[in-house]
Amino acid sequence: MVKLTIDNIPVEVSENTTILEAAKAAGINIPTLCYLKDINEIAACRVCIVEIEGMDRLISSCNNSVREGMKVYTNSPKVREARRVNVELILSQHNTNCAYCSRSGNCALQKVANDLGIYETAYEKIVPKKNWSPRAILKRDASKCIKCMRCIQICDKVQSLHIWDVDGTGSRTTVDVAQNRRIMDSDCSICGQCITHCPVGALYCRDDTDRFFDALADKDKVVVAQIAPAVRAAWCEKLGIERKKATVGKITAALKRMGVKYVFDTDFSADLTIMEEGSELLKRIAEGENKYPLFTSCCPAWVRFIKSQYPDMVDSLSTAKSPQQMFGAILKTYYAKILNIPSEKLFFVSVMPCVAKKKEASLPTMDDAKTGRDVDLVLTTRELVKIIRAEHINVESLTDVPFDYPIETSSGAGVIFGTTGGVMEAALRTAYFIIEGHNPEPDMFKDVRIESGIKKATFKLGEKELNIAVASGLGNARKLIKSIRSGKEHFDFVEIMACPGGCSGGGGQPIHEGSELYAVRGNELYSLDKDSQIRYSHGNPEIANLYKNFLETPLSEKAEELLHTNHHGWSMPSESEHI
Amino acid sequence: MSRLSIITPDYAQTVVENLYKDIERRITASPPGICPIDISNAFLKMCHAQTCGKCVPCRVGLTQLSKLMDDVLDGNATLEHIDIIEKTARVIKNTADCAIGYEAANMVLKGVVGFRDDYIEHIENKRCRFNIYQPVPCVSLCPAGVDIPGYIALVNDGRCADAIRLIRKDNPFPVSCAFVCEHPCEARCRRNMIDDSINIRALKRYAADHAGIVPAPEKAASTGKKVAIIGGGPSGLSAAYYLSLMGHSVEVFEKRDKLGGMLRYGIPSYRLPRERLQEDIECILSTGVKIHTGVEIGKDITIPQLNDDFDCIYIAIGAHNDKKIGIDGEDKRGVISAVEMLRSIGDNTLPDFTKKRVVVVGGGNVAMDCTRSAKRLGAESVTCVYRRRRVDMTALPEEVEGAESEGCEILCLQAPVKISGDEDGNVTSIWIQPQIAGEIDSSGRPKPVNANAEPIRLACDIVIAAVGQGIEIQPFEEFGVKVKRGVIDTLASNEVTNIDGIFAGGDCVTGPATVIRAIAAGKVASANIDEYLGFNHIISTDVEVPLPRLNVKPACGRMNTKERSAGERNSDFNLIETGLTHEEALLESSRCLRCDHYGYGIFKGGRIEKW
Repeated sequence: MVKLTIDNIPVEVSENTTILEAAKAAGINIPTLCYLKDINEIAACRVCIVEIEGMDRLISSCNNSVREGMKVYTNSPKVREARRVNVELILSQHNTNCAYCSRSGNCALQKVANDLGIYETAYEKIVPKKNWSPRAILKRDASKCIKCMRCIQICDKVQSLHIWDVDGTGSRTTVDVAQNRRIMDSDCSICGQCITHCPVGALYCRDDTDRFFDALADKDKVVVAQIAPAVRAAWCEKLGIERKKATVGKITAALKRMGVKYVFDTDFSADLTIMEEGSELLKRIAEGENKYPLFTSCCPAWVRFIKSQYPDMVDSLSTAKSPQQMFGAILKTYYAKILNIPSEKLFFVSVMPCVAKKKEASLPTMDDAKTGRDVDLVLTTRELVKIIRAEHINVESLTDVPFDYPIETSSGAGVIFGTTGGVMEAALRTAYFIIEGHNPEPDMFKDVRIESGIKKATFKLGEKELNIAVASGLGNARKLIKSIRSGKEHFDFVEIMACPGGCSGGGGQPIHEGSELYAVRGNELYSLDKDSQIRYSHGNPEIANLYKNFLETPLSEKAEELLHTNHHGWSMPSESEHI
Repeated sequence: MSRLSIITPDYAQTVVENLYKDIERRITASPPGICPIDISNAFLKMCHAQTCGKCVPCRVGLTQLSKLMDDVLDGNATLEHIDIIEKTARVIKNTADCAIGYEAANMVLKGVVGFRDDYIEHIENKRCRFNIYQPVPCVSLCPAGVDIPGYIALVNDGRCADAIRLIRKDNPFPVSCAFVCEHPCEARCRRNMIDDSINIRALKRYAADHAGIVPAPEKAASTGKKVAIIGGGPSGLSAAYYLSLMGHSVEVFEKRDKLGGMLRYGIPSYRLPRERLQEDIECILSTGVKIHTGVEIGKDITIPQLNDDFDCIYIAIGAHNDKKIGIDGEDKRGVISAVEMLRSIGDNTLPDFTKKRVVVVGGGNVAMDCTRSAKRLGAESVTCVYRRRRVDMTALPEEVEGAESEGCEILCLQAPVKISGDEDGNVTSIWIQPQIAGEIDSSGRPKPVNANAEPIRLACDIVIAAVGQGIEIQPFEEFGVKVKRGVIDTLASNEVTNIDGIFAGGDCVTGPATVIRAIAAGKVASANIDEYLGFNHIISTDVEVPLPRLNVKPACGRMNTKERSAGERNSDFNLIETGLTHEEALLESSRCLRCDHYGYGIFKGGRIEKW
């Protein structure tokens, strides 16, 4: 242990603790800007500087560790002056159009500048500009970038895709797509983790809320919405209501108030995914040994990752579409008839915790109802919050509205799709039923639950030992794949989610500077599952109806046509280069 | 008013003078990877501040040049900008009245030619082709990429054995290098910005002297693959060490009786004591490397034989062939080559120069080794004859100074023209032609040209030619190894360009170079041979580098090593240099700015933990 004083408060912390962490332990929160614990401790912004007695120069507290007897001052006159000047210097290169910035009120720079009481500055504004691919879903505004380098580090260290890099030298140093590529030509998975870890509004996602309102205004369109599981666990965070009160019924109510005609639950198509993917798994196992496991395919960022990084493994992906796209295809065919609406009049909006879903919905292979697109528009959770605020809806006053006929039911198994391990657990519940002929205890497979990272387990289903693995975060996915490819490990079924923590930590979720909420949101989904009437995808009566009245059986010709996809039907930029 | 007055610089002028020195040191410490246009634009602005303002091209032209370059850098230029820059610079160069103007423009012109591609990249794609790839100057300049800030911190922490372990991750000759490395690492040390570079080699010496015997790390499991290494010098043995650690079975074939190559047969023991060289060799051999000494390729064993018996061959034969001066009388008795002389010293057969007048021809480190060795062998007088100026010598300045203080004479701007002998063919004198420094040649040094003066006769008994070495290429060329300009032609991976499974590196590829470059070649070859054999072994260490101490020293002096007195040392072959004291090592190591932690190093490339 090391003893020191910080602002004259005695502190005792373990060796190699940073001054920043030691101060936190003493109840002193030193302001930071570029700092991201364990990921970006590079002391670039020089906002977290402190004074050490006996030292002439100030030092950064985020990446220097404590020493015995050290006397640290976090607010000495020297520090006060330096912190303020450094923030002013950052502001001099920042486009401060705060009133109409997507991160207004949720911006680390705005907060630190406000906290320091900076209302005027001595420096002339010199704001850099750089053009960006106009069609890109992932957008970068160079005039807002504060060069904290977090995006580079997240993509390097967490997602292992190395999309971002330092660009230019000297005073013109900035961040850009690595290897001098354009974002459209890169292997970006569009996971959006760089967006949710950007401290300011430099990285953001294409805003589609105008198109949503245009559709509502269009007399020829019937707007239908689906709500993904992870959305319900996070939408409340920026609306000032408690998580427990923020039921999915209130989202339905809000959407209906705006003019959405029908609202459905993506949990339903998650159940449908389990029927298809689970059957695919059992069929594959029955056919004999496979070199590679069956990989889940519901995460579009993961699909983009495997296509660009391990193209030879694409055939190991489940051919099942994601719940979003299954819903689109089935809504615009079967349910359109039941609702008695011509499918081309349906405008199907999905509300997703995800950025990559925007890309997925626009793939050329996602038009099985032949209306142009099975899913017409994807809004992120952040955009949902935005439209609720724009429509000045007081969510607290809303009463729960149930999902619409004829798809009123979904299972707890579908709800947990929104967190890492959820697809696996839901699939195992149904696989067990198919093999054993009776339902397992619903929590029998809870060993696969994990906050984030890699989880491996073996379960006995009938005669068969089933080796499974779950990974979230593309860096973890890569680690797992490397191990599989080297032959060190063998699995039958692997669930991968691109974002740490799964969709709960999705790139489209509300942004909280300096904290990761995927675990909190994941727990919320597990408690919704626990409270569900139906805990098994195969136990969802509407799923049974759908197969009985339309699809016949999982993997039937009809199911293959509408619910499965060809992953080779489109290419990643790096794939087309090889052609 | 007095008619004349003494001019004393005012305070402001004194400060500016100091700033000039700061800038000189700063340029010395310039990091690699900066944008060449950006930096030359900055130079241009400095040049412009020097202008007196009298003449148009300099006063106005440099402003416009700088503005045009700003446009290029800011992405506001078209390709036409390059033509305008070129035209303007050309006119300034041709019309400015003094060097302040025309040399400033010349710098811009050099840039337009030298990094035209980067100009085009900035204009067409609004980006720079350069970036900081290795932010730690010392590590980036060490050919072997040794973790220098790491081992300096360990020395500072008193962990000398760990320092040796850390160095061995990239260089299995920590002890030898502690004595003889040319320390390119020190050249751009960021500490230059404050006072002076860190004495890195001296700190390594301190570690080597205080580490005790440090065993080699554990070997990987045996792979069953066999690698033959031809040449037991620094490059061959480095490759042998890493390949052996990777689990391959390694056999080294050495022509001489002992291992060490030029470390033994080129460097005199007063610079590198044999027993210290042996420490490195023993550690390398402890990994299980098999040795065959006294084996000559093409005579005792052929390359096809090795090719059949081994999975891979690494050629590291060095450059041990002497070059001739190319003047009349070189065949006289008493004319010997540097290689020959140093080789016999290496084999402990000391030539007797007692009462002999010795002339050494050459200006490199080998010439200095011969000069200083000749003195130690009892020569009555030793004169080193060099055709260029002293500042143009490639020998390290401290070597030249050392030779002089030991009583040797350096005769510069003298080109040997003829060696004369008596009727028995013994050398009696060498004729030298005075030179004059001429125009700058491609090496950046003035070319020596004959002065308008008569040749001088220098009476002598021994002439030592130290004018460079070549390689003994014949058996390899016969086997089909491609040779280009007298050296083996390889790829950057050290693979011989035309034959699969044969690698080559060190002096036989680069021509005579430094020990550390030979070691680096061995390291690179081992990695690529490992890949070639179908493996991907990782070389790393579990030594943890201490965090910085947060006590960066203010500007202070560099600790230089001391030498035994010239009068005492010039008659023996014992070590000249005395190492740093504990006190000095502690102070010197605490001067390190820890670029692995501060600045860009903490973000990217600060530490390469494995390869």
